[in-house]
Amino acid sequence: MQSTRELELLRWDLRQDALDIIMAGGGGHIGGDMSVIDTLMVLYERHLRVAPETIADPGRDRFILSKGHAMEAYYSILCHSGFLELDDVKARFSQFGSPYIGHPNNQLPGIEMNSGSLGHGLPVAVGMALAARMDDLDYRTYVVMGDGELAEGSVWEGAMSGSMYALDNLCAVVDRNRLQISGPTEEVMRQDSQEERWASFGWNVLSIPGNSISALDAAFSLAAETKGKPTVIIANTTKGYGSSVMENKASWHHHLPTTEEYERISMDFAARKEAASHAE
Amino acid sequence: MPNRIPNKQAICDVLLDKAADDKNIVVLCSDSRGSASMTPFFAAYPEQSVEAGIAEQDLVGMAAGLASCGKKVFVASPASFLSTRSYEQVKVDCAYSDTNVTLIGVSGGVSYGALGMSHHSVQDIAAIGAIPNMRVYLPSDRFQSARLVETLLEDDKPAYVRVGRSAVPDVYSQDNCPFEMNRATWLRQGTDIAIIACGEMVRPAIDAADLLAHEGIAASVLDMYCVKPLDRDAVLRAASRAKAVLTVEEASPYGGLGSRVAQVVAEECPKPVKSLALPDSPVVTGTSAEVFAHYGLDMAGIASVAIEVLGGAGA
Repeated sequence: MQSTRELELLRWDLRQDALDIIMAGGGGHIGGDMSVIDTLMVLYERHLRVAPETIADPGRDRFILSKGHAMEAYYSILCHSGFLELDDVKARFSQFGSPYIGHPNNQLPGIEMNSGSLGHGLPVAVGMALAARMDDLDYRTYVVMGDGELAEGSVWEGAMSGSMYALDNLCAVVDRNRLQISGPTEEVMRQDSQEERWASFGWNVLSIPGNSISALDAAFSLAAETKGKPTVIIANTTKGYGSSVMENKASWHHHLPTTEEYERISMDFAARKEAASHAE
Repeated sequence: MPNRIPNKQAICDVLLDKAADDKNIVVLCSDSRGSASMTPFFAAYPEQSVEAGIAEQDLVGMAAGLASCGKKVFVASPASFLSTRSYEQVKVDCAYSDTNVTLIGVSGGVSYGALGMSHHSVQDIAAIGAIPNMRVYLPSDRFQSARLVETLLEDDKPAYVRVGRSAVPDVYSQDNCPFEMNRATWLRQGTDIAIIACGEMVRPAIDAADLLAHEGIAASVLDMYCVKPLDRDAVLRAASRAKAVLTVEEASPYGGLGSRVAQVVAEECPKPVKSLALPDSPVVTGTSAEVFAHYGLDMAGIASVAIEVLGGAGA
């Protein structure tokens, strides 16, 4: 397990990897990649009990990226964790005949389920959590959703059943970056009061600064300790987090940076990593 | 004595029997355990049963999640809602993710009669069949339903099975139910016309063939329970021997058995093909039997169309 200090540095390397994958593939969902990548990093580095050697182990923890468009972020952590080869992903992402497509492909090692159409992950995760209970296994199931995704009714069907069956082995994360492709979530379809909404469905709710490694780490630990109900972590994040070039800009939902933008973003990542290396 | 066991009950009986030795068999319903004849399963195996409530997207998503963890999942829900309300979950979570989920669409076709078009599923064959990696089966009676489900329990691919609401006359018997996976069953051999039917249309197709025999017309009858993957060899063998082909299905006229058979025949063995199906409009109000009679989907209607087609084919 890496120290928090190491993760404070790693988060910038992962962002650079995701950016490089996007550049290699000719575009990607960069804004959501950058908001959610800390969640994925903390999950894979600290909490998710799965490794390349255990991808077929019935007792492994399950993870579903329901906001499947954040695939470049997912590739970067899968590569870092040894499931995939970064050079191979960069060489073939979005290329003709490639398995490295723009959404999760469960033909790749470490990816449990395909997604891409929003609102699918939570019901599937409920099924996985039910299976754990049936088999008396202690694995946990994690699912990461976007906040624009919450407009899908199927999310709330899954919220009902997760609560109905008191699935305390289930942890959902909402990447609450407040932007979707058309603009602010509050203007496209209001997603206010998420804490109250999930609580009213019977979930344990943890609302945290979602680009804080320590807050994410603590929230996943609290979720694992919570009994009798599933937990949702409302991760209040910044879309495009890591560079002023793209932060909080809806137009960066899906984007191929220009060469100049790429260089400025890379410099921002490097600067933030440098600053983190000097932080106490 | 007429059969009183609906196909859906025959399916439940198989699952009840097999679940005793296989804890991985799981059944999900959407407030449909009664209508799907699954109440006995839920009572006998509560730990292997999941109630989704009236939420078909969650129903199929949960099913896929369970299947991905090694469960042999059966989802029993009215065909009308299962095949359309959860269509995208069928496409992405079952077919695309390749999970071992068998969808049992109960009370399919026009089984719900006077309840109207919202409850009819005449589009399910075309809709589900259009999804890559989905199979579509319409067993003709309780014995074949049981054999089909026993066989599906042995594989790990997704499938859609459509059955009706009420008991239907037997086509086979306990001791005589020839069944080969993805192979049509030959029920009559004849060289004048090849009648290819599926689901509840098989029994009237046989009766129509017997009626035609009295008129001196020899009809083949194929029970094409496997609408997808279609038994192409059987279609071509039947078509090549006959002057014309007649398909019969309780479904929309587009994208179902008739379309699939016509495609194969046109490509490889051009012959006149007549598709007997429900209309491309809301069906007339009535019981299944009344609706079938109205649209010629019964013994007399099938025989009549067969004679008409042969006349047109120059018989």
